[in-house]
Amino acid sequence: MRPYRPKENVQKKSYYTDRFWVAPRVPEEPVEDPIFKEDLASVEKAFKIKRAYVQRGQLVIIIDAKDNVDVLRHLKERGYDVLSEMSAIDYLAKDGEFEIFYQLLAMSKRKRIRVKCRIKEHEAIESVECLFRSADWSEREMYDMFGIKVNNHPYLKRILMPEDWVGHPLRKTYPLHGDEAAQWYEVDKIFGKEYRDVIGPEQRDPAFVSTKDTCNYARVTHPLPKCADPNSEPERIEVFNDDAPLVETFDLKKSKIVDKTR
Amino acid sequence: MQQRNRLEPYFENLVFEREDNKMVVNFGPQHPSAHGQLRLILEMDGEQIAKAVPDIGYLHRGMEKMGENMIYNEFLPTTDRMDYIAATANNYAFALAVERLLGIEDKVPRRAKVIRTILLELNRIISHLFWLATHALDVGAMSVFLYCFREREYAMDLMEEYCGARLTHSAVRIGGVPLDLPDGWLEHLNWFLNNLPEQIKLYEGLLTENRIWRMRLEEVGVVPPEMAKSWACSGIMLRGSGIEYDIRKEEPYELYDELDFDIPVSDRCDSYGRYLLYMEEMRQSIRIIRQLVAMYKDTGPELMAHAPEYISAPKEDIMTQNYSLMEHFVLVTQGMRPPVGEVYAPTESPKGELGFFIRSEGEPYAYRMKIRAPSFWHTGILQDLLPGHYLADVVTIIGSTNIVFGEIDR
Repeated sequence: MRPYRPKENVQKKSYYTDRFWVAPRVPEEPVEDPIFKEDLASVEKAFKIKRAYVQRGQLVIIIDAKDNVDVLRHLKERGYDVLSEMSAIDYLAKDGEFEIFYQLLAMSKRKRIRVKCRIKEHEAIESVECLFRSADWSEREMYDMFGIKVNNHPYLKRILMPEDWVGHPLRKTYPLHGDEAAQWYEVDKIFGKEYRDVIGPEQRDPAFVSTKDTCNYARVTHPLPKCADPNSEPERIEVFNDDAPLVETFDLKKSKIVDKTR
Repeated sequence: MQQRNRLEPYFENLVFEREDNKMVVNFGPQHPSAHGQLRLILEMDGEQIAKAVPDIGYLHRGMEKMGENMIYNEFLPTTDRMDYIAATANNYAFALAVERLLGIEDKVPRRAKVIRTILLELNRIISHLFWLATHALDVGAMSVFLYCFREREYAMDLMEEYCGARLTHSAVRIGGVPLDLPDGWLEHLNWFLNNLPEQIKLYEGLLTENRIWRMRLEEVGVVPPEMAKSWACSGIMLRGSGIEYDIRKEEPYELYDELDFDIPVSDRCDSYGRYLLYMEEMRQSIRIIRQLVAMYKDTGPELMAHAPEYISAPKEDIMTQNYSLMEHFVLVTQGMRPPVGEVYAPTESPKGELGFFIRSEGEPYAYRMKIRAPSFWHTGILQDLLPGHYLADVVTIIGSTNIVFGEIDR
């Protein structure tokens, strides 16, 4: 019987786990910094905040997903006018949700805030491209990698993967070496679907070495000419002939010593 | 087994006969001055660009996915392949993020900090020299390219002497550095630092007042401050627009708070202003390294942080003490398990703000690794920056944004 492997998270797992080990946590400190306190209070006045804490010097605010544009607009007015990063985290296996984070920077205050919100799998999030142009490409990348739809985005298309790609690579359900569709992608594209039987699936494991294929793989221990029959006898390679001395006597006077490389 | 190839050549670069009499030019992805695999779809109105659509992804290797499937120490050499012009800057940004997550940032020994900062600034010089060489070549100054590559070669010799690699250094480890500086390295470095200023003077003599250079760069690629902020520009793209923000100064990491250096800012907002900043930053880097060389003498011999849960003990301990060997074995085979939580650590790489966002669930593999590479947004800005410019200026603008495709596509 094949061993059971959970399908909802196919990423690499550590092979050893201690049942009694409790992972320590990065401390979530209360908000005490005066600048953060002021900003948090002003956001709290207008919007519902689920949680707020400081982690490693940056304020983290967790909000409702439907408030994202308004909260970010409010923060932008308070000086957080650079959206340096945004993306999502896949918690589908655990909670059936995506976590979306916006990493903001206030240059005038030298402070960074992370605004986080959660959405369900098939929900869409409102675009913040109207506030920050940088969200244009970030949201496209998020859509490409996770398949999260973004409402009112000017040009929501895949950015890193080809447009006709199947699946969203950074989801936890997507294996590292690609899925079924990925191994046929190039064969279909270059030769056509009808050649699938002739060519076979693309080998997507970078460590893969075929002993049968002598056209694409050199064989170190059993050298054969290129594209030779894999079962044929290897050629004998003459490395040394008897006339050439293996080691020449080292003569210091004849040699030139290079000590200055520059 | 050769089959009929469907990717037959056809003239895809030019599309004529649009209804509005505009021509579509496909620039790249194999264009020599596209600095990698950048494809630009340009809609031309005569010689002027009406619309530009950058298309990226030709170098996508799924680094973020790899980061989620590798233990932390295993992923570090992969970061070399992002901004391969200045690999140590990537190694360092990753190491800093993990150290901040582990909470061992302060435990890194002083000598390791000095060596890291020297390497970071040396990489900044390497990157800026490379930028100047390729940018000048794009604009048409062939000899500057040759001169810059000569100096860059000396700097790469220094890197090679320290870590054995010229491009993919992996010279920084999580918690410190693996090696002390070799004997005579600081003398070689001093020779390089003494030589470089007059070479920079030579480049400036060739370029700064050069009529062709000024005509090609001035008033080309103007990034207003609002646009720079809105597009999350960083590094010289930001400071070239008159906004003084350098992470080394404003949110200091490593030894930058003890060092004395200036942040050059330009109000010109154009490619020429950015060129001036690159030249000045190289001088500042020389100044920083000089101070660090003086600091090196007063440091102790430790190179790696002492945090036995996360970092292997020094080699001597591993070879002599059983328990250190056991811990080392566990850390190598299973990997360190950082605490549950997340961290975003920004650093000032030669290209701009390079940050790693790491979400850890207490396992040896990161749950989410987002890499904030500055070139990604510096490429995105092209769609707002290019319209209105002439086709010949496209090359200048791509050059002056200093983008590297290893970190855009990741």
